[in-house]
Amino acid sequence: MAQVQDQILTPRLTGTIVPEKVREGVDLEINGRSYRHTGDDQMPLLWYLRDVLHLTGTKYSGEHGEGGYDLVLVDGKLAAAGGLPMLQLAGKSVTTVEGLAAPDGKLHPLQQAFIDENAIGCGYCTPGWLMASLDLLNRHSQPSDNEIDQLPNLCRCGCQTRVRRAIKRVANGARA
Amino acid sequence: MSRQDDHIAPLSRRRFLQVLAGTAGALVVGIRLADAADLPVPPAMLGDTLYGIGAYVRIDADGNIIIGARDPDTGTGTATALPRIIADELDADWTRVSVVPLGLGVEDDNGKPRWIYGHQTGGMGDSIPAAWADLRGAGALARWLLLQAAARRLGVPADRLRCDEGNVIAPDGRRLGYGALAEAAAKIAPPASPVPLKTPDRYTLIGQPAADVDARAIVTGQAAYALDNYAGDALIAVLSHCPWVDGGVESLDTTDTMAVKGVVKVVQLKPEAGVPLGQTLRAPAVAVLAENTWAALQGRAKLKLQWKSGTQNENSAWFEQQASDLVNDKNAAPTTRVRNDGDVDVAGRKVARRIEATYVQPWLAHATPEPMNCLARVDKDGATLVVPTQAPQQAWQVVRRLTGLAPAQIDIKVPRVGGGYGRRLDHDYVAEAVMLAKQVDKPVKLMWTRDEDMAQDYYRSACVHKFSATLDGKRQIVTWNQRMASASALAQRGVPDNRLWTSEVDGHQLPAGLVPNLRSDWYQLPSVMPRGPARGMPHLSNAFAVESFVDEIAQSLKEDPLVTRLRLIGEPRQIPLGNDRVLDTGRLANVLKLVADRIEWKNWLRTVNGLGIACWYVDGAYVAHAIETSLQGERLNIERVVCAVDVGRVINPAGLEGQVAGATLDALSTALNLSVTYKDSQVQQHSWKDYPLASMAQLPDTTDVIIVPGQGDPAGASFLGMPTAAPALANAVFRVSAVRVRRLPLLKEMLRML
Repeated sequence: MAQVQDQILTPRLTGTIVPEKVREGVDLEINGRSYRHTGDDQMPLLWYLRDVLHLTGTKYSGEHGEGGYDLVLVDGKLAAAGGLPMLQLAGKSVTTVEGLAAPDGKLHPLQQAFIDENAIGCGYCTPGWLMASLDLLNRHSQPSDNEIDQLPNLCRCGCQTRVRRAIKRVANGARA
Repeated sequence: MSRQDDHIAPLSRRRFLQVLAGTAGALVVGIRLADAADLPVPPAMLGDTLYGIGAYVRIDADGNIIIGARDPDTGTGTATALPRIIADELDADWTRVSVVPLGLGVEDDNGKPRWIYGHQTGGMGDSIPAAWADLRGAGALARWLLLQAAARRLGVPADRLRCDEGNVIAPDGRRLGYGALAEAAAKIAPPASPVPLKTPDRYTLIGQPAADVDARAIVTGQAAYALDNYAGDALIAVLSHCPWVDGGVESLDTTDTMAVKGVVKVVQLKPEAGVPLGQTLRAPAVAVLAENTWAALQGRAKLKLQWKSGTQNENSAWFEQQASDLVNDKNAAPTTRVRNDGDVDVAGRKVARRIEATYVQPWLAHATPEPMNCLARVDKDGATLVVPTQAPQQAWQVVRRLTGLAPAQIDIKVPRVGGGYGRRLDHDYVAEAVMLAKQVDKPVKLMWTRDEDMAQDYYRSACVHKFSATLDGKRQIVTWNQRMASASALAQRGVPDNRLWTSEVDGHQLPAGLVPNLRSDWYQLPSVMPRGPARGMPHLSNAFAVESFVDEIAQSLKEDPLVTRLRLIGEPRQIPLGNDRVLDTGRLANVLKLVADRIEWKNWLRTVNGLGIACWYVDGAYVAHAIETSLQGERLNIERVVCAVDVGRVINPAGLEGQVAGATLDALSTALNLSVTYKDSQVQQHSWKDYPLASMAQLPDTTDVIIVPGQGDPAGASFLGMPTAAPALANAVFRVSAVRVRRLPLLKEMLRML
């Protein structure tokens, strides 16, 4: 991409201390790794994740974050990546669906519950459901049905009742 | 791999299994057509890279097995079910099996395409029936070859050996893994006649629940849909389509667009004249090509673009009125008399009771979560595409027409698809991507934005059903007259006029076979609005109308609607409906009774909540829903939903449960909220807000699916859970509110009438 320069920050290993140039761009953390975005700072996070980093688990399905397909956590709070300009993400920490499993590949209990409850249709909306469900469980470890009802996600394949089972499975597992 | 090692074995009249020795001692079993002029090795069949594999089964020397899934998986579970059909015949260890999507299988047959994998269509309810017919043979042949190889190795006749989870086991307990036998097996000539298939008592995978093979990739965000592919620094193209199919560009100024950093080009596209609907652009369009999606979106926003309006000025309200007028005009001659049993006119003269009702259902969109998109690279000697399609063979036709390339020069990859529902049987977006890719020396990744996706669909036509039934003094239905008006989804697609009805109504649908005098007439209405295949059609609209009307008959008789249905269905028997369709009334009554028992239908009269029920017959499968609703003020709660399905033999009960529960919720969501409207031939829905799929709060908390175990050949189930959900809901709403909903979407109509 011509106008978008990105790099993973690496520690300097030189012996002498040289004053650094003023840093251009937006520094942020994504799934525990540091990135700097030097392109258009109005670019929404969604397209930075997808077009630049090729982290494609966060999906596009509509403008303005409708339907919850592009949900991520920003500093632990649920946010629609499609509506977040990179400028607003300076110094922030972003978690996407790719960041849910442990580094050794062990799935997050919610991911495992989605598999065990077959809470998947075509799967395109699944990352968004996972992020919204994770946010819900972070706020309410034992969410009520009414709280689960507030999830913003849309799904045409009809995974909703199975997502509810998956969330309850995790909540019950946490209680046990 | 040497060609002399190839063998072929007959599989069916038209297709043969092909056995090949792969690299590094692998055994590969594929399928090819019998009339192949030569025996070219399918190019990537023997390759070492996973995604290049082109066979159904590949057994590697280390015992790992790769099974190809030929039908696109749009969330219907074919990527799991089809390989398990093969793996069971093979007696494979499922934990050693990886599944790869095959993509389009096409060879050059003197300039014509030869489809080497046979059936390759997804989401039409025929993937499993087709696989049952021919894919078991691929697994069985591989197992047979492995057994022969083991027999030679062990010095024991093959018929004394058995296979178990990837091993051949001798009577004395010696065992050989498939991996160790693969190389030898690949050198054995297959038998002249098809090898016998397993008897059902030996199934180990068929009938057992299995998780979706893509589940782990999906929950970790690693599953790459077509839109997730970034090959060769493709230019991103976003489009602005003309709101009128027959409009055009009035004026276009691209100065501001070209000034956006990253924008590379603006291209105008037009539909090709004389090409059927769905194979070329739906409407004129302007495409903005850029180095990334954000630049393309900004560039599109800065187009100074004026569209010229079309010549037609049609409104959806006008269309519905035309349809209502037509079915209520006793003198109007039907476009097609779909069914005519007995004599409705004569038998309807002297009757005790006559009941009539009219049902109106709106235009619907497909609303796929993954928008239309296509990645295309077109060179003079080849084209490579990643297409989210339900029908790669049809996508191929479009690429072929636009490029003139030879059949095998066109490579179409089909990753998991983010929802199809019939939208991806059309390939207008593929035509757009190919046209654009031909104009730039880079691959092009086309992406429709949601507003385009919503307003540029091939919609499900609105339809109106008018019923007139007569009953005798014994409360038996003597005549049943259905008149339906709609705009056929098959018009402008090269389908003969006398077949246009087939997308709108099923000639075998209930209550065919159960009423002595039954007539079904269909009236074609012209419309400027493009239509196309839609999930569950024609059953979706007809089941709502028919099963609502059956409830109205029960109401007129002051009878429990379950009793009315069971009386109508009668004793268990086989009723031939024509065209090899047979209605098994025992199976139909069974699903009805199962949902009734589960929802405690005995409380139907007493409960303050409303109970509703409906049943349907779909091409050899049977389905019933029972739904319990409550009303709090104007808020409708769906308290319980029970669905029973009988599809014959079940391949993957977990997949079937998910598919049926999902289709139930899709149908409820559609019935509750959804309609497409248009004014001046312009669609008025542009976002998820305008076309609100049901929220979690509107849907039931649970979906209770009952699966009837069966022995018969499996029927498809991709939309089986849809048809009866809406009528069961409407019937339940009537019980709880006394409002008979005869017009969808349901919530709007219920609130209007409360």
